[in-house]
Formats: sequence, C-alpha cells, structure tokens
Amino acid sequence: MTNLTTREKVERSMKRRRASESRFRAYGVASVVFGLLCLVILFTDILRNGVSAFEQTVMDVSIELDGDYLGIDSQADDSAIKLANFDGLVKRHFDREVQPERRDRRQLFSLISAGASWQLQKMVLEDPSLVGQTVNVALLMDDDVDQWFKHYRGHSAHPVLNETQLGWLNQWADEGRLHTNFNTLFFTNGDSSEPELAGIRGAITGTFLTLMVTFLLSFPIGIAAAIYLEEFAPRNKITEFVEININNLAAVPSITFGLLGLAIFINLFGVARSTPLVGGLVLTLMTLPTIIISSRAAIKAVPPSIREAAYGLGASKMQVVFHHVLPLALPGMLTGTIIGMAQALGETAPLLMIGMIAFVVDVPGFITDPSTVLPVQIYLWSNGSEAAFTERTSGAIIVLLCFLITMNAAAVWLRRKLERRW
Amino acid sequence: MNYSSLLIAIVILFGGAYLLGRNRARALASAGGSLHSLPTHYGALMALWTGLPAVLLLLLWSILQGPVVDALLVKQLPAAIQQGTDIEIQLALSKVHNLAQGAGLAADASLQPAVEHLLALEQRNRVLHMGGALVIALLGLGLSWRRLRPSLRARTEVERIVSVLLFTSSGIAVLTTFGILASVLYEAWAFFQKVNVFEFLFGTTWSPQVALREDQSGSSGSFGAVPLFTGTLLISLIAMSIAVPVGLMSAIYLSEYATPTVRKYAKPALEVLAGIPTVVYGFFAVLTVAPMVRDIGVSMGLDVSSESALAAGLVMGIMIIPFVSSLSDDVINAVPQSLRDGSYGLGATRSETVRQVIIPAALPGIVGAVMLAVSRAIGETMIVAMAAGLAANLTANPLDSVTTVTVQIVTLLVGDQEFDSPKTLAAFALGLVLFLVTLTLNFIALKVVQKYREQYD
Repeated sequence: MTNLTTREKVERSMKRRRASESRFRAYGVASVVFGLLCLVILFTDILRNGVSAFEQTVMDVSIELDGDYLGIDSQADDSAIKLANFDGLVKRHFDREVQPERRDRRQLFSLISAGASWQLQKMVLEDPSLVGQTVNVALLMDDDVDQWFKHYRGHSAHPVLNETQLGWLNQWADEGRLHTNFNTLFFTNGDSSEPELAGIRGAITGTFLTLMVTFLLSFPIGIAAAIYLEEFAPRNKITEFVEININNLAAVPSITFGLLGLAIFINLFGVARSTPLVGGLVLTLMTLPTIIISSRAAIKAVPPSIREAAYGLGASKMQVVFHHVLPLALPGMLTGTIIGMAQALGETAPLLMIGMIAFVVDVPGFITDPSTVLPVQIYLWSNGSEAAFTERTSGAIIVLLCFLITMNAAAVWLRRKLERRW
Repeated sequence: MNYSSLLIAIVILFGGAYLLGRNRARALASAGGSLHSLPTHYGALMALWTGLPAVLLLLLWSILQGPVVDALLVKQLPAAIQQGTDIEIQLALSKVHNLAQGAGLAADASLQPAVEHLLALEQRNRVLHMGGALVIALLGLGLSWRRLRPSLRARTEVERIVSVLLFTSSGIAVLTTFGILASVLYEAWAFFQKVNVFEFLFGTTWSPQVALREDQSGSSGSFGAVPLFTGTLLISLIAMSIAVPVGLMSAIYLSEYATPTVRKYAKPALEVLAGIPTVVYGFFAVLTVAPMVRDIGVSMGLDVSSESALAAGLVMGIMIIPFVSSLSDDVINAVPQSLRDGSYGLGATRSETVRQVIIPAALPGIVGAVMLAVSRAIGETMIVAMAAGLAANLTANPLDSVTTVTVQIVTLLVGDQEFDSPKTLAAFALGLVLFLVTLTLNFIALKVVQKYREQYD
C-alpha cells in the first residue's frame, strides 16, 4: 500500500468519492421532493374531502301548500306566514306519501332537514299567492342523507341510517328524485348546529371586518414607523432598541399577542370581547413587525440619488420623503402589507383567547358585533362530531386557501408590475 | 348620533380645514403678502390642528370612560354591597350593566337606583364625549384660523408635528413588547401569590382543576408544569428532526445543485408550505396523519395513542421545513464564491465542498436559523391544540399522548374566566415562560445571524 503514487491513490478513491457525491445529491433531491410531496398530499387531501361540501343533497317534491292546514290564505301578511306551521305541512306530506308504520314515522321525519320548512316559508313570503297551489320544490335533506347520497350510496349498511330509512332513500334515489344542487346555503348562512344549514357567511363577514380594522391601523402605523426608522431616526441606542424590538416581535409566538389582547384590551380598557374591533387590534400588533420590516426594505431600495436630486432642488427633508421616496417605495410597502394581511387572515390562536370562538349564528354588521372569523370557524367545525362537519371544515379551508392564494398572487403581481430596478 | 357619524363629521372637518387653510393662504398671497411656506402647508397645519386633538380626546375618553363610570356607579349601590368585598361589588356592577341593557332576568329592586343612574350617566357620557370631540375640533379650527398669517412658519410646524407622529408610530412596537411583558408579568405575579414558583417550575403533576367547594377532595389543583415542558420539548424535537435535515438539504440542493429553472419553481413552491394557516395543518394532522400513524403503529404491534405526539410533531415538522430552508438558503448564498472556487481548485467534489467548506463557513447562520425554527415550534399553537392531547403525561414516548404549554394556555383561557382563580392565572404564568424562552431564543439567534452576515459583508 505504501508504494502507491499519489495519482493512484486519488484514482482509487475516486469511485468512493463519486458514490458519496451522488448519494449527497440524491439526499438533496429527496428532501426537495419530500417537501413538495407534502404540499401535494396536503392539497389533494383537503380538496378530496372538501369539494363535496359545495354540493348539497335535495329531494324533488310536489307539495300542496294547503291553506286550510297552514291557516293562511293568499292575502296573508308576513307575520301570519311566519307563524304558520310549515314544519307540520312537510311532515304531513311525507307521512301521506310514504305511509310508514307508526313507529317508523320519527325515522322518516329525521331524513328531512329542519331547513325544509324554512324553504317553503321563504317561498310563500316571497309570493303569498302560492298558498293553495301545488308547488315543485327541491327540499333540503338532513346531513346524514346528504353524506349517504354523496359517499355511501350502494353500500348495504350505514352507521347512522337503519334499513327502513335506507329502503326509502334507495327508492327515492332510484326514482331520480334525490340529487345534489350547488350548496348556496354554505355561502349565505351563518353558523348552525345543523351541518346542512351551517354556512360561512358569518365567518367571512367577521374576517372581512377584522381585517379591515387591521388594515386601517397597521398600514398607516407600519409605514410611518418604517419611514421614521429609515429616514429620520438618529443612529443611537434608542433606535437600536426599537429595531431589536421589532425583529423580536416578528418571531414571538402569536398566542402571546392573544394574552396581551385579553389582559390589556379586554380587561384593562374594557373593549368588548368576541368583536372584530378587539380582533383587529390584536392582529394589528401582530402584523406590524412584518409590515415595518418589508416597508423598510422598500425604502432602502430607493436609490440615494433620488433624495439628493430633490435636496438639490431645495426640498425640505419632509418633502423629499413624502413627495419622492414614499411614492417610489409604495409598491414594495403594499406588497409587504398584503403579505402581512394574508398572515393575519390565517391566524387563529390569538383570536381564541379574546373570545372570537363564540358560537355566532347572526352575520355581524359592524365592528362591535360579536363575530367569529374563518380560521376559527374551521377550528370550531373540526371539533364537530358529525361527518358532515368534517366535509364542511374542508370546504371552509378551500375557501380560506382561495382567499390566501388570491392575496399572495396579488402581492406577486404587484411586485412584478410596479417594482422598478434601479 | 353614533360613532360612525361622529367620525365622518371629524373627517369632513379635517378636509374642510385643509381646504380653508390652503385657500386663505392663497388669498393672502395674491393680496400681496409673501408667504413663509406653500399654501398646502397652511392647509395641512389647520387640518392637523382640527383633527388631531379631537381624535386624541376620543381615544383617551374611550379608554377612561369604563373605570370612571364604574367608580361613579359604586356610590349608587346599596350600602350593604358597598361594604362588601371587591368581588361582590364587581358582581353587583355587572348586574347593573346587564339590567341597563335590558338583559337582566331577576330584577333586583335595590339595584334600581343604580340602573337608572347608569342610564342617565350613559346618556350624559355620550353627549359629553361626542360634543367634547366636536367642540375641540371646532376650537382647533378657530384657533388655527386666527393664527394664520403670511409670516406663520407653517411648514416647520407641520413637519415637527408629522415627525412626532412618525416617532410615536415606531414606538408602538416597543409598547407592544412592554404590553406583553406587563400583562403576563402582572397576572403571573398574582398566580405566584397563590402557587409556589418552585412548585410550578419543578412539580411533576399538572391538573389545573380547582374545586367549586372548599371541602371537595383534591380541591387545590396542582400546577407542576414539568409535564408540559417535556411535552413541548418532545413535540418540538420530533418536528425539528424532520424539519432540520429536510430543510437544510433542500436549501443546499437548491442553492448548490439545482439549475436556475428548478430553483425558480421549487423554492416558491416550498415556501407555499409556510403560507398555509396553521389551523389547516392541524386539521390535516387530525384527519389524515394521526389515523395513519396509528394504523402503521398498530400493524407493527405497537400501542399508539390516537393523539400521539408523533403525529403532531410530524405535521409541525412539515410546517417548519420552508422556515429552515429559506433561512439556510440565505446564509448559504451569503458564503462568498471565492471559498467555493478555492475548494474546487483543490480538487474537491461538490459534496465535499458543501460538507467541508460551505457548511462550516455558514454554521453560525444555520445555527441561528435552527434556533428561530425551534422558537417557532415551541410557540406553535393550533397544530398541537388540535392534534395533541390534553393529558399531561410525563413521558418520552412519541407514541403516547402529551400536552404542551400552548395547548394548556388555550384550554385554560377559552370559555368563561374569572380573573382570580389560579386556573386562569396559570395560563399567564405559562405565557410568561413561553415568552421569555422564545424571546431569548430569538434574541440570540438574531444576534448570531447578524454577526455572521457582518463577517462576510
């Protein structure tokens, strides 16, 4: 071994080194592929589970709006219609049509959603002259029926529905009376304890109000802070302290902002719990560091020659900053703000602390109404025991991801479109 | 008159003051006077004088009105309640507030004077509050109108006010840090009055149930947070053992091996993982990963909890991959090309260059990146709140169910709270620990990264 030349030594070791080289490369490829695979699995999993949430099973029924039974006529006013027993009418219709045995009646009625009677009521409210006529409607079915029709049709057994119920359902399905419609209720209803009636409109409105508060506060404050730190602040200990603070806050767990919101905004200042106002305040503090950091980068990117030219023409410091630097840095600042907003849109943990987890059925109208937001709605539904809620959780996630993708795409587009290279 | 119309009125006054000031300045200029500043500066000065004091007053008033109203109300309560403890007074006050909103169920006659007083106070408060803001706005308008003359140094004044505003904005970040620190310290202090610090930090039993009655068994609740700390560490460890190798290797591959095209698409695609809300990861963990881990474990004959630390850790690891990879990518790119060229010149292969030159050179930066990732893992809430359990087991078995600091904070604080029970206060003590640990990690990591950057700049 000792009498080998260096050249021979190297050539002998080359095989081993090349193998190690390709191994190392393979690890790298495997890592990237693993990351991307996780992304693909995550998206397909959510899509697979959630797409069916956008469809809802309904049943075509010809039902007579019996004026005698309802106790109203075609001239009835709204208050009388609201008192009429549409629920009983639906039950009577199915009772007569199916003619179940007495002990099976409850099981028959449980197949139809509580929303079915509201559908009829809404029809009559819109057009009272329908009373006494026979109308064709697609009645909303219960979530168990919905799940069965979408996922278990053809299976002989079902965990919730019994054989009698399956018999009726199979018959209706074979007659083509059961079918799925686009699930408009999912977008027009607030939360509900009945999965087939639960929708995301309340959560989306709450999200919108919360983000509006966040934007109105964090955008001006963030930009002002960035301008001060980049253009005006003297280089001293205080400025350094502020900078360290901002960088640290960007990495502090979001849940601590929730603790701050609870202890200071709610307990000390007495802001109402569960409102978009307090949610927006907490999210403002959380997104400020992101906005400040990216706005500073945008200001830094404006070349000094612009400033010097403005000074040369006799502009004051303030004029230089507000008339020349700010307009040029604005696209970058907007991009940072959109990214910060997207972060705030997906945030859940701090909002749980300040009571935005409440079960809110009504759609909030103002920033001081109790409300919830989309991610918290997702969290709430993910705890729901019914299978239909799992589907709706995924559906809501799809909507949330669509919003996020739109916002991020807007940020990327804005950057491409408006960013200048000096 | 409500808040929105008041705000609109102030905005209109603000705009009006600007136009008024500008036009007056123009008029003065055309009348032959030579202005010190541009007409727009006079407008801006008047607008600031009109809008700022009114908005400040509104803000201060909204913050202070609650305590002041309550202090005035206490005097109207029946004498028996006034003599009582703070808690009784608080209870009576909240009853009064409910009754005033028409929400109270059992009408208590002795509270009636207080309720009426509150309604009268609220009426007066509203009038004073809004009227005060409007008066201040008009006063500011009038005063600045009187001060307006060509020799007024409007630009200097406006710029001084604006720079104060800018400075205040940047101070909010500092205020936030102090706010977090003050709120957790204050409540945690109250907690440590009831529970010994050492018992909290070193106790091994966590069951924060506080009994309703004094004589109930196990009424004290026990607040030994060690199982929470170990649970957090276990899940973070699992997460880091996924995120660090995968993230680091991805960064190395993308910066040293990949063609520009691959890099252009793969890097943003990986970063999408960082943009997905954590609640989505949590749902993914519960719905897909946890059952999968369980099935695999059971098929291997292992006893796997359905809320295993492994499932939560795995998903958290996936979430942190882009965090590690993009930070490491930055530091690897900051290693000067000359080091690579030197290594290649000596005949090293690419992987040898990476392992023996680039990684040692980038090590401080990578360590900083990993520390930031650890801090993120420790503070992550939603994934663990959904996928990890509530059982405070003191175990190192990843197949068991463990709980974490963040999960307990959420559990203790969601729902109705009373701010004198150790159960609620415990959440703030945990928050204090969490804040201090992550703050330290971030602080050191940022310093390390900064030092490292300076080294190659």
